[in-house]
Amino acid sequence: MFKRSDQDSRRSVHIVVDGAAVEAREGDMVSAALLASGRDVRRATAVSGAPRLPYCMMGVCFDCLVTIDGVGNRQGCLVPVAEGMQIEIQKGKREIGR
Amino acid sequence: MNTTPKRDGYDIVVIGAGPAGLAATMIAAEAGLSTLLLDENAGPGGQVWRAIASTPVTERDRLGADYWAGADLVQAVRASGAEIIQRATVWSLDRHLEVGVSVGGVSAFVKARRVILATGALERPFPIPGWTLPGVMTAGAAQTMLKSSGLVPDGRTVIAGQGPLLWLLAAQILRLGGRIDRILDTTERRNYLAALPHAFAFVTSPYFAKGLALMKEVRANVPVVTGVSELAAAGDGRLATVTYAAGGGRETISAQLLLLHQGVVPNVNLAMAAGIEHRWDDLQLCWSPVLDRDGSTSVEGIAIAGDGAGIGGAGAAVIRGRIAARAAVEALAPTAAAKLTSMATLRTGLVQAERGRAFLDTLFRPARQFRIPAGDTIVCRCEEITAKDILDAVAIGATGPNQLKAYRRTGMGPCQGRLCGLTVTELMAQARSKSPQEIGYYRLRAPVKPITLAELAAVPKTEADVQAVVRG
Repeated sequence: MFKRSDQDSRRSVHIVVDGAAVEAREGDMVSAALLASGRDVRRATAVSGAPRLPYCMMGVCFDCLVTIDGVGNRQGCLVPVAEGMQIEIQKGKREIGR
Repeated sequence: MNTTPKRDGYDIVVIGAGPAGLAATMIAAEAGLSTLLLDENAGPGGQVWRAIASTPVTERDRLGADYWAGADLVQAVRASGAEIIQRATVWSLDRHLEVGVSVGGVSAFVKARRVILATGALERPFPIPGWTLPGVMTAGAAQTMLKSSGLVPDGRTVIAGQGPLLWLLAAQILRLGGRIDRILDTTERRNYLAALPHAFAFVTSPYFAKGLALMKEVRANVPVVTGVSELAAAGDGRLATVTYAAGGGRETISAQLLLLHQGVVPNVNLAMAAGIEHRWDDLQLCWSPVLDRDGSTSVEGIAIAGDGAGIGGAGAAVIRGRIAARAAVEALAPTAAAKLTSMATLRTGLVQAERGRAFLDTLFRPARQFRIPAGDTIVCRCEEITAKDILDAVAIGATGPNQLKAYRRTGMGPCQGRLCGLTVTELMAQARSKSPQEIGYYRLRAPVKPITLAELAAVPKTEADVQAVVRG
């Protein structure tokens, strides 16, 4: 769906998405890194389980909700990637205690 | 840098580091006032200058001169002595000018003598059939990824809608080697006639030459279909096709990515939660705060600058930021104000910057069919409520957006009405033959962004706070 411009010379950052290693770039937001990864990163809504991907990428639509380092319902479009960050695609509502 | 504010009180707290917020912060800090700038993003710039201090797109002509115009201001603000906190989510503001802010999962309250809200705009909801499908995004979303991560579309891509941003985005995507298969222009033909009386101001404004050049650049590379109506996205679990009507026929094309845009509207959540009076704007078709000429609101001590005050664009936002900050400096430090650019000069600049806006507002007024959906089209993305659901609720007695919450939970999901509020107001107004002003809007309350109860409970408390709620 998206590719990286060849102008992009930022350093690589390695994140883990549902157990798989994914290469991102320093300064990427989690949602951008997920969309650039080419993986199926569709979440499932809390209400009906419908598949969704990020819609606004600016913090207002909440369709980028994702579990980051064990914490659910994070807005992936507002959180920059960090080396070793553990991402889980959130299927349904946030679990209690996470 | 990423910690809660250093002090519990400031002369001026500015919320939002886009053009208006940066300009306001600059003036306030230069005048010697203690100034705190809170911004939700990872870096300053807001939407229009997003990632200006970090973008991987380094060849300047790719993003254009208007983008780089923000670089000097960002540098100046960083050197101004203002305290700047990025990734700071303001979730509360009240009449006592107390600001609740969450930074890195920790919340704090700070008191301000003056607050300048520069929370900007968001894209108008574009509720067409299938707009919740994976693969349907806003044009602004694509532009955000382009600016901050150098990402461009590379599958079959359709851009649909209208307005200046759409053409700018298309040009930027093409310059960076991205793919656009078709542009579907939804501008209503009758708008051209309606905009004619404003044409002189527009052709003599800077928008004109820039806009013409962008459209020419894009049209030379991408097929553009004009007069598009009945737009719909479809697919099983993800976008597969886009269908539309134009020139008397209907067409269905395959697409992996559909980027939608029909203008921007003020992001009113924090301002409304603070109790600031808003009015329905019949030209811009949105809620705008009631302001005096300095940007002061109905709540003493709070001003609004930038597109949150009504859409005016980045140039106007910078000047409105300066005006609001100058007014605050006049009130708090009159001697320092004497050294600043005069209010009269700023106001002349604002008139200049707003030139051509009425033409754009009229020409790109979004069509009724793209604002007020019908049938099974989802209105509230969070709670997955359709237009028919809402009309059914009206039929059994729901009178306005706040009653509708009890019937269907619209606006009660995490986005708090940002993606459905305008649609709900206009849909209910139409169904009940009332004006949007009569129908009203959701009553918004803090927290305007979700925070956990644990974070709220961990906010430092005084002995008096505890005593106030302890029984016996």
